[in-house]
Amino acid sequence: MTLWKEYLHPQSVQQAVEALAFSPAPAIPIAGGTDLMLDLQQGHHPPVHTLVDLTGIPELQALEIRNERLFIGAGVPHHRIVESSLVRQHAASLVESCGLIGGPQVRNAATLGGNVAHALPAADGTIGLLALNAEAEIASLAGRRLLPLHELFAGPGKSTLAHDEIIVGFYIPLRKPGQGSAFCRVMRAQGIALPILNLAVWLERQDEIIRAARIAVGPAGPTPFRALQTSAYLTGKPFCEETILGAQQALLAEAQFRTSPARATAEYRRKLVVVLLKTALLSAWHRASEQ
Amino acid sequence: MKKTHLTLTVNGQTYTLPTLPGETLADLLRKRLRLTGTKIGCNEAECGACTVIMEGEPVLSCSTPAERADGKTIVTIEGLAQQGALHPLQEAFVKHGAVQCGFCIPGQIMTAYGLLSRNLNPTSAEIRHALKDTICRCAGYPTIEQAILAAAKAIRTGQPVEEPEIPASVRGGRFIGQIHVRPDGIEKVTGKAIYTDDLYFENMLYAAVKRAGVPHAFVRHIDVSKARQMPGVAAVLTAAEVPGQNIHGLVTLDWPVMVGVGERVRYVGDAIAIVAAETQEIAKAALDLIEVEFDPQPVICTAIQARQEGVPQLHPKGNLLKHIKVRKGDPQIGFGEADVVLEHTFHTPPHDHLFIEPECSIAVPEGERMLIYVGSQIPYQDRSQVARALGWEESRVRVIGQLMGGGFGGKEDIAGQIHAALLANATGRPVKLLFDRHESLLVHPKRHATQITVKIGAKQDGTLTAIQTELYGDTGAYASLGEKVLTRATTHSAGPYLVPHVHADCYAMYTNNPPAGAFRGFGVLQSAFAIESAMDMLAERLGLDPIELRRKNALRPNTETSTGQVLRESVGLVECIDRVTEAMCQVSRLPRQALFQARPVAGAEHLVRAWGFAVGFKNTGLGGGADDCAGAEVELYENGSFEVRSSSAELGQGLVTVMRLVVAEELCLPPEQVKVLVMDTDLTPNGGPTTASRQTYVTGNASRLAARTLREAIIATLAERYDQAPETIRFENGQVHVNGHVLTMQQVYQEMKAAGKEPRVLYDYHAPATAPLGMPGDMHVAFSFAAQAAEVEVNTLTGEVRVLRVIAANDVGHAINPLGLRGQIEGGVVMGVGHALLENFITENGYVVTDRMARYRVPSIVHTPEIIPIVVEDPVSTGPYGAKGVGEIVLIPTPPAITNAIYHAVGVRFDRLPVDQEQLLWEITKRQA
Ligand SMILES: Cc1cc2nc3c(=O)[nH]c(=O)nc-3n(C[C@H](O)[C@H](O)[C@H](O)COP(=O)(O)OP(=O)(O)OC[C@H]3O[C@@H](n4cnc5c(N)ncnc54)[C@H](O)[C@@H]3O)c2cc1C
Ligand code: FES
Ligand code: FES
Repeated sequence: MTLWKEYLHPQSVQQAVEALAFSPAPAIPIAGGTDLMLDLQQGHHPPVHTLVDLTGIPELQALEIRNERLFIGAGVPHHRIVESSLVRQHAASLVESCGLIGGPQVRNAATLGGNVAHALPAADGTIGLLALNAEAEIASLAGRRLLPLHELFAGPGKSTLAHDEIIVGFYIPLRKPGQGSAFCRVMRAQGIALPILNLAVWLERQDEIIRAARIAVGPAGPTPFRALQTSAYLTGKPFCEETILGAQQALLAEAQFRTSPARATAEYRRKLVVVLLKTALLSAWHRASEQ
Repeated sequence: MKKTHLTLTVNGQTYTLPTLPGETLADLLRKRLRLTGTKIGCNEAECGACTVIMEGEPVLSCSTPAERADGKTIVTIEGLAQQGALHPLQEAFVKHGAVQCGFCIPGQIMTAYGLLSRNLNPTSAEIRHALKDTICRCAGYPTIEQAILAAAKAIRTGQPVEEPEIPASVRGGRFIGQIHVRPDGIEKVTGKAIYTDDLYFENMLYAAVKRAGVPHAFVRHIDVSKARQMPGVAAVLTAAEVPGQNIHGLVTLDWPVMVGVGERVRYVGDAIAIVAAETQEIAKAALDLIEVEFDPQPVICTAIQARQEGVPQLHPKGNLLKHIKVRKGDPQIGFGEADVVLEHTFHTPPHDHLFIEPECSIAVPEGERMLIYVGSQIPYQDRSQVARALGWEESRVRVIGQLMGGGFGGKEDIAGQIHAALLANATGRPVKLLFDRHESLLVHPKRHATQITVKIGAKQDGTLTAIQTELYGDTGAYASLGEKVLTRATTHSAGPYLVPHVHADCYAMYTNNPPAGAFRGFGVLQSAFAIESAMDMLAERLGLDPIELRRKNALRPNTETSTGQVLRESVGLVECIDRVTEAMCQVSRLPRQALFQARPVAGAEHLVRAWGFAVGFKNTGLGGGADDCAGAEVELYENGSFEVRSSSAELGQGLVTVMRLVVAEELCLPPEQVKVLVMDTDLTPNGGPTTASRQTYVTGNASRLAARTLREAIIATLAERYDQAPETIRFENGQVHVNGHVLTMQQVYQEMKAAGKEPRVLYDYHAPATAPLGMPGDMHVAFSFAAQAAEVEVNTLTGEVRVLRVIAANDVGHAINPLGLRGQIEGGVVMGVGHALLENFITENGYVVTDRMARYRVPSIVHTPEIIPIVVEDPVSTGPYGAKGVGEIVLIPTPPAITNAIYHAVGVRFDRLPVDQEQLLWEITKRQA
């Protein structure tokens, strides 16, 4: 019983979605394979008939400015994201989050598309991306569509993608003067390499006022969580201790934390989220101040 | 889109191969190209051992589909050396002693190669970032870092790789005590070193084991008929088909080879049936066709529960494996004299050895005999255990020991040796049985979980008046070495202190958890955590300095241990304490009285630092009345080279270097002239088990005395032949000087032959007799001592803990092999950090939760503190050149040093390992409120 029977190497997005639609089922995409191979090897995913390798598709490897937005192909591995001066310039939270995934071997293979498509509520790359108001470009036999990132998530480990759809890449607004983002997380010393809690902040400042903010937290619910009320709270407030305190309260009020056995209790996560929010706010504010 | 063939270039050679479904790059390299230098440690993207370079970047070949390599260029460890010249990284790893068991080394070197190909001037921080997920369980991380820095410099400057800065033994020696590289170092850095799974035999079958998967049950029914009919399956065996005795065990025969119908399953890893098939996949698939019905029984999951009334009894003798007692004086008297009496209970969890090389055995039928290829810590025991199950004479079984990718005590018990032999016997074909990481975690014996209560009485000035301890040890489903391990835990439970009244009681209990057996530290790790925590608590209660309290009560020459042994010599504890204290002040630039105060980090006040201190001791050798013996044979060959042989095991710790240096020393030979052969029951004399930090002492002594006897035989022959007084004959530099003649060793060989003498000596060394626990006399031939200080940093906002520095002083008698000693110290400290902060083997109602490497985290280079080693050499007269054991003492004080430091930083006492960051945060919060 092998883990897969056929391995396909599409050279274009069109070929990939055709392969997914028409090959003997089950047919699923593979990018870096750092999640999928393990799931197959350990029986968390039943053996499949067809693996459709997305890494040979040039479009998924693109990392460039397109139409006033930063485009990161879904097949771009984390190490390229971390080293890209474009991403550094426009998406600091993504650099920080992708830079913490695995070791260099994993980052050389693992992709941002895979991190997002795996749909874990606390995937680092996903949280880093979510605060940036990213959109995902989805391809299927029917063509292309753009989707706000958060609409990609259906539940823990479940995306809203149909079986013959793939993510082509992500669009991120370019950073304007006065904007900055940051990511941080807390790990547990024991057990699996997923954060106990991670958090990303994007904000825009005008003088000493926060003009706009976006906050993403994981795990705080079945899908990667956008803290909309906290973001709204921050909007228009002066950047000071009192605002941070208020934001911490707002975040505690809206985020739903769970206890995961042998990892962290909900109460611990509530403690940490306060610390992480402040750290990330300070760092993002600082970045928003530099030019 | 679909490819029938893939073309890839590996180490400069291009291959075109048919594609295979489900194949990983690691399988392609190892199985199809037989490039076995690339290792599989976990097959779950956690260990980094399988790292290769693809298109210039390091990737994990175990989780890379082979087809992804189509059109790509790959470099493996075999491709680094150019025209026989080692790559500077390879050279540096050997020179600096970064190679221990060697199993992780290809991955380390390839990851480092990836780093250096982008950055030839890496900082330590960059090295740590790059090696973050490439695990070395021998854990010479600081040395690995140094080796990479040295290699980078050599590449930058074009100069040879610099020598490491490691001091020689202060006790001198021509070869011993000097820096010498391992005899197997070069093989291990070039990927040529062969471990069991790297072997391939024609016509070989692959085995798999049907595990019970339930912790406690009776087997009602087994049906293997469907599995037998599966195409490609060569044999399926159950308990009913074991030709000899269906039982094994190291001390107690209580572990069934397979559990048969009507018999009791005692843990999830019990074997029910075994399969041999043409491929690994078929063998695994056949397991699913085996039908087993169980009659589940209530599960016993702790040692405490096992001793309660009315619980099921797991073995005919009951649940109590042994009640172990230490009796010295009368603690009631001592507590009566005390000004302060303190009592506290501590807990330690099971730990997994997590050697990076999972267990592998290959059985090969050869005529009337069975050859077993295996990396085993006790080859002669494997031989008798396999023979017993086959129902054969022992001499029909030959164990051919292979290099071991780490052992740490976890390769003393039978893993797959017997199962492979049974299947090879049934099919007449070679059979390989390789555990994957999951199976390894489920099956092999762990470190004993303990509950230890310590009660200490002391006078106001700190003088200890009495110690009473009660220990519960969970030996799991089978005894393994449980009795021995827990005896050590008990006899060491009052610490390395002079205490007039000591009582210790230990209950070694069977449960339905995975068995517990030998693991580096051998019970003493657990009891040291308890007593050294309690000593710090006592110091605080008395208002004394924790170092002073220990120093005051420390064992010294002519003091008596808890078991009534008077130590006559080689008690370097006070020197260890003093030197660590001095170093602590020096490196931290703090006055002595400020060492244990909490120090917030300037500018980041939520980070608080402090030092912690602990000491330890550990017996060398089996002791307790066992005949602790080892044989070694030294032979001079016609070409003038020597060989030293013993079945003792090399698991990475460096015994082979010790044997080589000892023989070189005795015969005044360049060490390179001495070959070392170990671990073959046909070719090497019995060296006994590689356990109890005994091999430098016993096999070191055996090798030394064999060499010395051979030297005397040579002298006698030459004295006669040249008619010279024996005293005038000198060995020098690989030659012998006789009355103005200089003889090469080839000539010496000829002279010996001409005189009708065999240039070969077998020496059976027996350590001085010891007495069993409770009998008068010395229980052990020697003890090693240690003191350690750990500096931690606690994040008071998150509860996270980092260990910044560890100062480790170890009294090893004589540092025969300083390079190997450095590796042992680093590895021990890092393992101690792991036990304090990371490692926790979790079971729930007998089921293993930490059943993957991803769930059982061990320290990586990022957890590694700065390690400041101090070598204390207080010799023991019976040891070779004064040496005693080092393998275990190195990690014993680390966990309590760390938890004591946490206490000093934030006032939170951990009486349970590992430190839980969440709990720490709650305790800090409580104290702030
Ligand atoms: C040792 C180790 C450490 C790790 N540490 C972290 C960590 O710290 N933080 C973290 O967040 N993650 C971590 N991961 C998880 C993992 O590396 C990331 O989630 C990674 O980004 C997944 O990407 P991939 O390309 O490997 O995905 P794959 O394994 O190839 O795919 C994952 C899933 O996504 C689907 N998929 C992939 N690409 C697409 C696409 N373009 N369109 C549609 N579906 C797609 C696949 O079908 C599959 O179901 C770690 C993994 C390992 C092995
Ligand atoms: S990471 Fe591949 S074998 Fe461990
Ligand atoms: S040398 Fe690294 S695991 Fe042994």
